[in-house]
Amino acid sequence: MGLYFLRRFLGLFLVLWCTITLTFFLVRLAPGTPFSRERKIPPAIEKQLLARYKLDGTLWEQYRGYLGGLCKGDLGPSIKYRDRSVNELVADALPVSVVLGLSAFLLATSLGIWLGSLAALRQHQWMDTAAMLGALVLISVPSFVIGPMLALVFGLWLRWLPVGGWGSWSSLVLPALTLAGPYVAYIARLMRSSLLEVLHQDFIRTARAKGLSDAAVVTRHALKVALLPVVSFLGPLAANLLTGSIVVESIFSIPGMGGYFVNSILNRDVFLLSGVVIVYCTLLVVLNLCVDLLYGWLDRRIQIYE
Amino acid sequence: MSDVAPLSSTPGTWQRLARNRTAMGALAILGFIVAAAVLGPLLYPVDPHTTSEAQFAPPSLAHFFGTDLNGRDLFARVLQGARISLLVGLSGALVSFFIGTAYGLLSGYVGGRTDATLMRLIEILYAVPRLIILLIASFVFDPMVKTQLAAVWDGRWVGYSKILILILALGLIEWLTMARIVRGQVLALKNQQFVVAARSLGQSHVRILLRHLLPNLAGIVIVYLTLTIPAVILDESLLSFLGLGIQAPQASWGSLLADGAQAINPVKSSWWLLVFPAGVMSLTLLALNFLGDGLRDALDPRQRR
Repeated sequence: MGLYFLRRFLGLFLVLWCTITLTFFLVRLAPGTPFSRERKIPPAIEKQLLARYKLDGTLWEQYRGYLGGLCKGDLGPSIKYRDRSVNELVADALPVSVVLGLSAFLLATSLGIWLGSLAALRQHQWMDTAAMLGALVLISVPSFVIGPMLALVFGLWLRWLPVGGWGSWSSLVLPALTLAGPYVAYIARLMRSSLLEVLHQDFIRTARAKGLSDAAVVTRHALKVALLPVVSFLGPLAANLLTGSIVVESIFSIPGMGGYFVNSILNRDVFLLSGVVIVYCTLLVVLNLCVDLLYGWLDRRIQIYE
Repeated sequence: MSDVAPLSSTPGTWQRLARNRTAMGALAILGFIVAAAVLGPLLYPVDPHTTSEAQFAPPSLAHFFGTDLNGRDLFARVLQGARISLLVGLSGALVSFFIGTAYGLLSGYVGGRTDATLMRLIEILYAVPRLIILLIASFVFDPMVKTQLAAVWDGRWVGYSKILILILALGLIEWLTMARIVRGQVLALKNQQFVVAARSLGQSHVRILLRHLLPNLAGIVIVYLTLTIPAVILDESLLSFLGLGIQAPQASWGSLLADGAQAINPVKSSWWLLVFPAGVMSLTLLALNFLGDGLRDALDPRQRR
C-alpha cells in the first residue's frame, strides 16, 4: 500500500513536470512577444517591459527562472491584469470554479444514479423510455446550447432565476444544471444497463428466493454491485466537469478559472495561461488518484496494491 | 473478396438500415441540411455580410430567422455557418479517419510490443483533456499560420487561418477511438483463413493490409466516421463559442450561438438569435448520432439490445 502510494505520488510529479515544461515551451513557440499588438510600441519600451517580466533572457534562463518560482509556489505576474499576480487571480477564481464543479458533480451522480435505477426497475415502461430519450438528447446537444436556452426560459421568460453572475445560491442553479446535464444522462445510461445486468444474476434470484422484498433486494444487494461502472466513470467525469466548466463559466459570466483561461489566450498573457493550465492539471491528476483509490477500496477484487 | 471493396462486412446491411425508421429520418434531415448549406446561396441569394438598418428585427417574411445587431439576415448567416461547420466537421473527420485507420492497422497487424506501446500512447492521449490541448494549439499556431497565409494570394486567406488550424487540430485529436476500433478489428481478422491464405501465397504485407484487411474494415470505419463528424462539429462550435474559433465576419454555428447568448439579457431579449442556430445545430448533431447508431445496429445486429 505504502509503496503503491509512493509510486503514484512520484508519477504525479512526473506528469506535472511534463505538463509544465510542455506548456512553457509551446506557449513561447508562438511568434511575437506578449506585447506585440496592432499598435506598435517603441522598441525601447518593449525592451523595458520584457525585462520587467523577465522575458528577455534566453529560453533556458526563462525556464529555470519559471521553475524556480514554481517551486516557491509563485506562478508569476499577470501581463493583462497589471497590478496582480497569477497567484492572486487563481486564489480568487479557483473557489468559484470548485463550488460550481462540486455542485455539478453531486447533481450528476445523485440524479444520474436515481434516474438510471428508476429506468432499470421500470424497464420498457414510459418512465424508462422517457428517461432514455431525454438522456440521448442531453448527450447529443452541447452545453453551450442547453445553457443559453435554460437562461432564456428560466431567466427571461419565467423570471425564476438570474441569467448570469455569481454570488447568490440562485445564481448557481442554472450553471450547475447545465454543467451536470450531459453527465446526468451518461450516468443514468450506465446505471440502467449495469443494474439490468445485475438484476439477472444468480445472487439476486437467491435473494428473492429467500423472501426478501423487492426494495431490499435492490438496495441491499443489487445497487452495490451495479454502482461499480459508475465509480469507474468518476475519473473521466472529474476531467469532463473541469473542462466543461470553462464553457459554462463563459455562458453565465461566472468569475472562475475558465474565464481567465479564455482571456489569457485572447490577450496572449503567457504567465496566466501557463498558471491556469498548471492548476487544471494538478487538479486533474489529484482527482484521478482519488478515484483510483476509491475504486480499489470499493472493489477488493481489483488488486492495485501490488 | 479482394477485388471489390464491399461497403459492409455483413450482407443485408442496407436493407436493415432502410427498415430503421429513426435512421432513415435522420438521413433525410441530414440530406436536407446539407443541401440547404450547399445550394443555399443559390436559392436564397441574401449576402450574410450585408448590414442594414433593421437591427434586431424579429422573424418575418422578409427575414425568416430575423436579423442581428448589425441588421444582417440571420437565415443567410445560419446557412453560411452550416457551410463552415459542416466543412470543418467533414474535413476534420477525414483527417482523423486517415490517422486513426493507419495507426490502428499498423498497431493491430504488427502486434506484440509495438502494439502495446502504441496502445499505451493512446491511453495517455485519452487522459489529456481535449479542450485544453485545443485552446493551447489555437494560442500557439494561430499567429504562425496567419503569417504564412498573409504571404499567399495577397493575404486573402488570412481570415481562414482558424478554420485550417481547427481542421488540423481537431483531426489530430479525434482519431483515438477510430484507431482503437480498427486495431480491435484487425486483431480479430488477421488470423482468419483468408489472411493466412494470402500470406501463404506470398503476398506482401502492404498488399494484405490494403487489399484484404481494409475492405473488411470499411463498414465499422464508416460508422465511426459518422460518429466523428458530430464530435468535430461540436469541438469547433465550442471553440467558436468561446471566441477562439472562427472569427468575424465569418460565422459558424458556434459563433452564431455566442452572439445569440449575448443577446439574452433582461433589457431586450432577441430570442431568435439563440433559438434558430441552436435548433439547426442540435438537429444536425442528433441526426448524425442517430444515423451512426442506426448504421452500427445495421452492421452488427448482435449488438442490439
